[in-house]
Amino acid sequence: MPRKWGAALLAMTLAAATAACARPGPDPATATTSRGSITVWLSNNAAEVAWGTKMVDAWNRAHPRERIKVQQIPAGKTSEEALSASIIAGSSACLVFNTSPASVPQFQKQAGLVPLDDFPGAERYIRERTGPRADQYRSEDGHFRQLPWKSNPGMILYNKKIFRKAGLDPEHPKLATYRDFLDTSRKIVESGAAPAAIWPSAGSEFFQSWFDFYPSFIAESGGKPLVEDGRPQFDSPAGRRAATFWRTLYREKLVPQETFQGDAFGMGKSAMASGGPWAIVAYKHSIDWGVVPFPTSDGRPASRISTFSDEKSAAMFSACEHRATAWDVLKFATSRQQDGAFLAATGQMPMREDLAGTYPDWFAKNPAYTTYAEQADRTVEVPNVAGSIDVWQTFRDAWTRSVVFGRERPEAALRGASRDIASILAEY
Amino acid sequence: MSIPAIRATGDAPTPAPTGQRADTPTQRTRPRRKFPLPRPGALFVSPYALFLLVVFAVPLGYTLWISFHRFYFTAPGAEFDAPWVGLRNYQDVFSDPVVLRSFLNIAVFLAINVPLTVVLSLVLASALNAKLPMRSFFRAAYYVPYVTASVALVAVWQFLFGAEGLVNNLLGDLAPDPSWLVNPVLAMPVIAVFVAWKQLGFFVMVYLAALQSVSKELYESAALDGAGRVRSFLSVTVPGVRPATTLVAVYAIITGANLFSEPYLLTGGGGPDHASASPVLVMYQRGIEQGHPDFAAALGVVLVLFVVVLSLLARKLTEKEG
Repeated sequence: MPRKWGAALLAMTLAAATAACARPGPDPATATTSRGSITVWLSNNAAEVAWGTKMVDAWNRAHPRERIKVQQIPAGKTSEEALSASIIAGSSACLVFNTSPASVPQFQKQAGLVPLDDFPGAERYIRERTGPRADQYRSEDGHFRQLPWKSNPGMILYNKKIFRKAGLDPEHPKLATYRDFLDTSRKIVESGAAPAAIWPSAGSEFFQSWFDFYPSFIAESGGKPLVEDGRPQFDSPAGRRAATFWRTLYREKLVPQETFQGDAFGMGKSAMASGGPWAIVAYKHSIDWGVVPFPTSDGRPASRISTFSDEKSAAMFSACEHRATAWDVLKFATSRQQDGAFLAATGQMPMREDLAGTYPDWFAKNPAYTTYAEQADRTVEVPNVAGSIDVWQTFRDAWTRSVVFGRERPEAALRGASRDIASILAEY
Repeated sequence: MSIPAIRATGDAPTPAPTGQRADTPTQRTRPRRKFPLPRPGALFVSPYALFLLVVFAVPLGYTLWISFHRFYFTAPGAEFDAPWVGLRNYQDVFSDPVVLRSFLNIAVFLAINVPLTVVLSLVLASALNAKLPMRSFFRAAYYVPYVTASVALVAVWQFLFGAEGLVNNLLGDLAPDPSWLVNPVLAMPVIAVFVAWKQLGFFVMVYLAALQSVSKELYESAALDGAGRVRSFLSVTVPGVRPATTLVAVYAIITGANLFSEPYLLTGGGGPDHASASPVLVMYQRGIEQGHPDFAAALGVVLVLFVVVLSLLARKLTEKEG
């Protein structure tokens, strides 16, 4: 009897496991021309959700047979983990308006994304909307698996109240050169105006370098990405200067080695923060803030400084059964009108060419955003290469070891990371 | 005067007279059943057997299979190659400095956590077994951390051991630099103490239960022979709860080797510079965050073997006659 029971249990389990594993995705040939109701996922940013809800209402009024259901991306440590899990489970939404370009190669490897340029006119649409910057978002095989949607160009936000408390001029902050930035930071911490001059996360997650080293390196190098033409670029004089600058901040305890649990800038624990235009909405009622570009060793003018885009794309996922509808929704949601509505609702920069010239009235009414709009034309993306996450993780490990905790000289760490990343790129 | 170690008899059944088997001749001569388990028994155990099969056996077998292949997770219906790579994933695991560091970290963790857990919980259980004022309150108080969510407890410890935390404020100039949670030497010991404190309530309960089976006559005999409290504790209590000590040690090793939440939350993902990374945390980072389930599967298999060996060793040591 037990043997029979055991055999029955085993058969049931294997059948269930096989059924679960064998769940097929939609047939691409049918799905490409299919129309019907779709689901769209948005980030949990309140302003984005407000915009998305209105956008969906507008679409649903005009398309009662192809209705959109809008939801927030399922909760996870990061959106990318939740999206990866949904790809594997075959439960992702048709469209996700918050896809990190760094994760696109991994999602592509998982067969989770639909090439957008399979739709007629898609390539032209993407290039006309975004301009030459769109090429940064092509996969290595030349396809567009993401539509560059919006950016949050990284700049240095500062708290004017804390600057005043430290005896600094908040209207003319000295933050342009490394030397000025360090002197200002010392005054802030030594005066006790704030425990930290700036407080980026010291964590070892692969994406944390996008908010400390990467914008510094892009600014210092005149717009170099981490990897170009299959070769790491950061083991260079510009990379070493940027790393040494941050090492000085950590060594002099102007930046804490602990990760703050919460928003250090919002809670007045740090005088500065690396942030995009989302911060204007977030802090407009709580902080009297100013914004400047990332510093460079020679203090070059703002008009010559590039930064990290912190861009998020819109992508179509392979679980989508009604892809013709999804493509139309994608175009509707990134139309000139909806981009304007998104800009007004969130303050984040749609990935459009000549943004300030496209929405002149809005920028005239909201001058605080003009600095960001100008910076948005000079942004650099994460490299769109296979093994992207491995590349960033390798870099971050070297960064925390050397720059944050001082267990290795930054120059040696950059050299080692460059060598390791070259191996990773060759392996992929 | 020395008191020899005495085995607890507790509520053990009365042994049969020497030279005589406990089972009756009738039982001995009864023909063996064809199936040792009666049908209702099989029915009763089948839900749990099914649960074990689905939740443990199948995933373990699948993990083993993945660990010998170049594998990644894909969308349903996607065609991809998962070539056999032999021991390549295991080679990657054993040559990865972060993995090796994580096993060293766990060794440090276990070396601090397991003895601390065993000693503290036994001492506290003995104290709480005595007639104390507010005994029920203390029993509940020690149990509270065990049933409280880790996230909430971690927030308390960050408040205590953060650079600007209460402990550093009390220590003043004596505070370690770098601070506790970002100090490569101190981060893991802090986690070991944290986990010992968090789990203490459960292990105190285990020992309290075990103490109820230690015969009071043994304490009286020890007292008649002139043993003080410490001698009674060492010679009566400690050997009397030896099976519980085995359970506590093995359970502490298993939970310790599967450490995840504490380095994930308390030290920001195994920091500083992987000084508090655990093998399970590395599995999560490589398998989920970085998309290398084959590497994570091989590491998981190694960890299972590591835990089995350590648990057998602990059992051997704690069950050894005193």
